[in-house]
Amino acid sequence: MAKKTKSLSLNFGPQHPAAHGVLRLILELDGEVVEKADPHIGLLHRGTEKLIEQKTYTQALPYFDRLDYVAPMNQEHAFALAAEKLLNIEVPIRGKYIRVIFCEIGRILSHILNVTTQALDVGALTPSLWGFEERETLMTFYERASGSRLHANYFRTGGVHKDIPLKLVEDIEAFCKSFPKIIDDLENLLTDNRIFKQRNVEIGIVSKQEALDHSFSGVMLRGSGVPWDLRRSQPYEIYKDLEFKIPVGKNGDCYDRYLCRIEEMRESVKIILQCIEKLPKGPVKSIDNKISPPSRNDIKESMEALIHHFKLFTEGYRVPKGDVYTAVEAPKGEFGVYLISDGTSKPYRCKIRAPGFSHLQAMDYLIRGHMLADVPAILGSLDIVFGEVDR
Amino acid sequence: MILENLQSIEKIINSELSSKIKNSSINHDELLIEINDSDLIDVIRFLKSNENCKFRQLIDIAGVDYPEDEKRFELVYLFLSHELNTRIKLLIKFQSNQIINSITKIFPSANWMEREVFDMYGIKFKNHPDLRRILTDYGFKGHPLRKDFPLTGFNEVRYSEKDKKVIYEPVKLEQNYRNFDFESPWEGTNYIKEIKNTDKDGKKN
Repeated sequence: MAKKTKSLSLNFGPQHPAAHGVLRLILELDGEVVEKADPHIGLLHRGTEKLIEQKTYTQALPYFDRLDYVAPMNQEHAFALAAEKLLNIEVPIRGKYIRVIFCEIGRILSHILNVTTQALDVGALTPSLWGFEERETLMTFYERASGSRLHANYFRTGGVHKDIPLKLVEDIEAFCKSFPKIIDDLENLLTDNRIFKQRNVEIGIVSKQEALDHSFSGVMLRGSGVPWDLRRSQPYEIYKDLEFKIPVGKNGDCYDRYLCRIEEMRESVKIILQCIEKLPKGPVKSIDNKISPPSRNDIKESMEALIHHFKLFTEGYRVPKGDVYTAVEAPKGEFGVYLISDGTSKPYRCKIRAPGFSHLQAMDYLIRGHMLADVPAILGSLDIVFGEVDR
Repeated sequence: MILENLQSIEKIINSELSSKIKNSSINHDELLIEINDSDLIDVIRFLKSNENCKFRQLIDIAGVDYPEDEKRFELVYLFLSHELNTRIKLLIKFQSNQIINSITKIFPSANWMEREVFDMYGIKFKNHPDLRRILTDYGFKGHPLRKDFPLTGFNEVRYSEKDKKVIYEPVKLEQNYRNFDFESPWEGTNYIKEIKNTDKDGKKN
């Protein structure tokens, strides 16, 4: 006679320190082995796409900071690129360099958070204390450029809002010189650590084919050995003039993804240093008066500038009819914006493609057959931020 | 380079699937192909498996709502090919009561994307393994991304001190949502016109 077994349903979250936000995961367990995982998302849904339809293009941009809130400017970048593609305008070269510098800072911000909290999830406290100190320095750079540490609202259609001061450039350079030492320290704590390896090696393995089928992108794809990075394969801004390597994993497990992130931070530092070295002079945003608002001084002197200012901040600029999809290599993967314009000053439809959405979807496939204690480790290596998953 | 690549793919798709393609165009260096909703599965299978296409990654599914059109809804499928380093957009238009074939058999990642479209637009999918709401609240009514769904929604949630629990109640707004119309400043904005009309008859017309 077959023995009857009953699986145990466990409700993980929505408020759980290892859930990295508000994730409700309904797990079906057989003893300690997970048989099925059903993620319930949407607890942080704020209707970003609906709100964007009611705002002008300038007003829509800050919503992108609130998606993946650990690397805000990378998101803004995708939207700015989409609007620029529809408007068919060119960003001045200095604007492009500044954008790349801040996008790479965003990448470091995100990877520090992910690597250290993943370590925290599997029991190591110290990396997060060291990493967060560096994050604080980086967020100060955000603040000095844009005025706020997190919700930057710094990019604009046609460039960036304001030029950055020389002292800030020097400080970023000094940081880039000192930061590789911190990465070494983090690696000392983790890379060869016996416990860290036991918790991550051969956990959550993704094969090449599965990674493609599940729409993975970014580190999740590269960790499985697919050499694909939008900065290299479909270069935007100035990435094709820069020298950097794309780290690719072999086994597609949590440990390889950790190694990829560590290497990507080193590459980001190199990219920032190259940008600082080459940083040209000139305007930072489009000189088209119908898109870029005039300076304060001009408003006081020129009637035309005043009219432009008034029109830009009431009606906004009109964007020609059409639809475009633009994607950037955000720290978490391919972040895309599918933008439809109907010729008015507000987007008709703005579909946001968040990498975390596809990654979290694969949770059920990744976790099946693993132990309950592996749930936080896999969740940590997926690099989920609920701002972007729920939108 | 990119453009030539796209043109050759467009040519291949048009010649191989000539009867199924309604329209194809290249704008902003992006290839858009319109097909009938009944051919969806065949075309996507072709795009994924054909030697010259190899669109092996589904990037996203975007719903669009045009309430005035006879064919009210649009679905845009975005694909990426790593081998050819190109993207393609596949467009279908259909009426609001139509049921669309699910592509979860071809791309497992379409599961949540279709659930999201169902949640936001109320578009139903045939043969979908688990068509539930995904982003909205448990017990939510309506489909928020439809153009006729108000921005403020219908219900609001708050913690009631009296009942000692979270309660749902109809939205109460201190002032109407104001959507300024900048294109004709002389006639006043739409919401002013609405208020005027309401006053005259005592009810909305």
